[in-house]
Amino acid sequence: MLERDGYATHEQISSRFPKVELLVKPKAVIECYENIPCNPCSTSCPFNAITIGKDINNIPQVDYDKCTGCGICVHSCPGLAIMVCEVLADKVRFKIPYEFLPRPIENEVWQAVNRKGDVIGEALIEKVSLNNRQDRTALVQVLVNKEFIYEFVTIRRES
Amino acid sequence: MISKDLVIIGGGPAGLCAARMAAEAGQSAILIDRNAKLGGQLIKQTHMFFGSEKQYAKTRGIDIAKKLLDDVGSYPELIEVWEDATVVGLYPDKVITVLKQEKYLKIQAKAIIVATGASEKVLAFENNDLPGIYGAGAVQTLMNVYGVKPGNKIIMVGSGNIGLIVSYQLMQAGVEVVSLVEASPNIGGYKVHAAKLRRYGVEINTSCTIKKAIGKEAVEKVVTIKLDENWNEIPGTEKTYEVDAICIAVGLTPLTSLLSMIGCEMKYISELGGLVPVTNKYHETSIDNIYVCGDSSGIEEASSAIVEGYLTGLIASSKLGKKHPKFAELVDDFQSQLENLRNGPFGAKIRQGLKKLGGSVDA
Amino acid sequence: MRIEKHPILNFEKERKKIHFTFNGHPAFGFEGDTIASALHALGVKKLSHSIELKRPRGFYCAIGNCSSCQMTVDGVPNVKTCITELKAGMEVKVQTNKGELYDK
Repeated sequence: MLERDGYATHEQISSRFPKVELLVKPKAVIECYENIPCNPCSTSCPFNAITIGKDINNIPQVDYDKCTGCGICVHSCPGLAIMVCEVLADKVRFKIPYEFLPRPIENEVWQAVNRKGDVIGEALIEKVSLNNRQDRTALVQVLVNKEFIYEFVTIRRES
Repeated sequence: MISKDLVIIGGGPAGLCAARMAAEAGQSAILIDRNAKLGGQLIKQTHMFFGSEKQYAKTRGIDIAKKLLDDVGSYPELIEVWEDATVVGLYPDKVITVLKQEKYLKIQAKAIIVATGASEKVLAFENNDLPGIYGAGAVQTLMNVYGVKPGNKIIMVGSGNIGLIVSYQLMQAGVEVVSLVEASPNIGGYKVHAAKLRRYGVEINTSCTIKKAIGKEAVEKVVTIKLDENWNEIPGTEKTYEVDAICIAVGLTPLTSLLSMIGCEMKYISELGGLVPVTNKYHETSIDNIYVCGDSSGIEEASSAIVEGYLTGLIASSKLGKKHPKFAELVDDFQSQLENLRNGPFGAKIRQGLKKLGGSVDA
Repeated sequence: MRIEKHPILNFEKERKKIHFTFNGHPAFGFEGDTIASALHALGVKKLSHSIELKRPRGFYCAIGNCSSCQMTVDGVPNVKTCITELKAGMEVKVQTNKGELYDK
């Protein structure tokens, strides 16, 4: 569990996801469970879709009518706790932050990893972006099997 | 003897911000730092900072350092920077003695801001003096300033934000973090940092501590042991890891010896990291015109040190007769920023510590 | 032990090599190194030892606080090698005593 082992429970995770119907379009999922003094997700959102309020210790709330899934909050979050999720026919597309070398390359297949650090399957790398605005945090767009929607969190290169 | 109205000791985030705000108010100052380069611990922080935009949130520490240095550098006629200069004495008549490049100098000041930061705590265990056992700050210095890995396989002791962040930085530098141990039953720092480590495969062992290090000339192995609910070791739960480095991140303690030397009233407050000077909400100590800000006034995040620095620079210059044109507005702003940063559950300890210090939560 | 590549930091590849001696043996570091960082990059962790029991000591804090990295440099004892910039031709030695007073 989160307090002892550093990974969220299924209940915690699903509570941060919008309804699956909404995920036909890409949406930000913010895994911020604690009241920590931090608000760059909210101030970086160009669509004003993320609200924290005056007390920066509040937990961010996403207005899914406004969120376009652009991914700016993903590389703006100092805790790397945000990803963008989009449900396709039989796959899920994620945009995740990545700050390690080597960075993945388009069309490579990396391991899909869950919040405990276990490999759960494969992740097809669709796109890797890294521009100056991202300040050295790469955004990696991947496709994983639909069943991993609440499990997938990051990628690992096969060693 | 050199005469100067305002002297700021320490060029980390607090000292830099104090200098910048003094300059903005038109107050000249000497900023003294014992290192060859200003910036304090910011120059080794590769991660994005928390907080709000006013404290440079989402900017990496290394870039915040550049920004603060540029700010101070834009007032060359007001702020005189002394690098490679160690303050060795602070006397009740406000004489400061400095060892600067092998020369012993004296400054007569009217007001002094002490922003000397903190030092790392150590942990008692068998063979804790072996080479290869480093404080978390040392690990950051070695890898992020000099580009040298502290080892190839390391164990992290302590799950506060520093332990969590430095573990992540170690992985970015290509070092394997074999385990992170934490004596308390719960992770101490932000869970978003812990979640990052966990997803990249670092095991986090709470209720677990380091029993001993093993090695001849340097660390070769480490033995950990589980703790029960009363923090007693549970025999039979020892686990041995092969490592060539051990990183100790068990907290910081304020560097306040200069304040003790000049005779400021001091109090031991564990919530603030140890012995701290008694201050009011304007960061004034018990001695007139002696101020303190940043970690040397109590251990907090760098974002608080930044705001405290601005506030203290503002107050000190105003007392010297240089009142910032937006004085009242800025004081309110900085105090509400501090309140905001300390408002959540992670600020509870700080709030409690400041309460013990003098009854004011925005000291 | 040098970091080859880093996702956030840029370590200059073409840094100037600086030659010095460690206990009389030829050694090298790069421009910008401290004595301790250069030695550590070469795999030297033991910089000193305790006075009574002669237990090996390396640096602990790397910012000049803890004194466990002190060595004799160019004949001067008790030099904090973790904050002393490496210079060409330095003679760095493990100190065998508490450090004697010296004439400059």
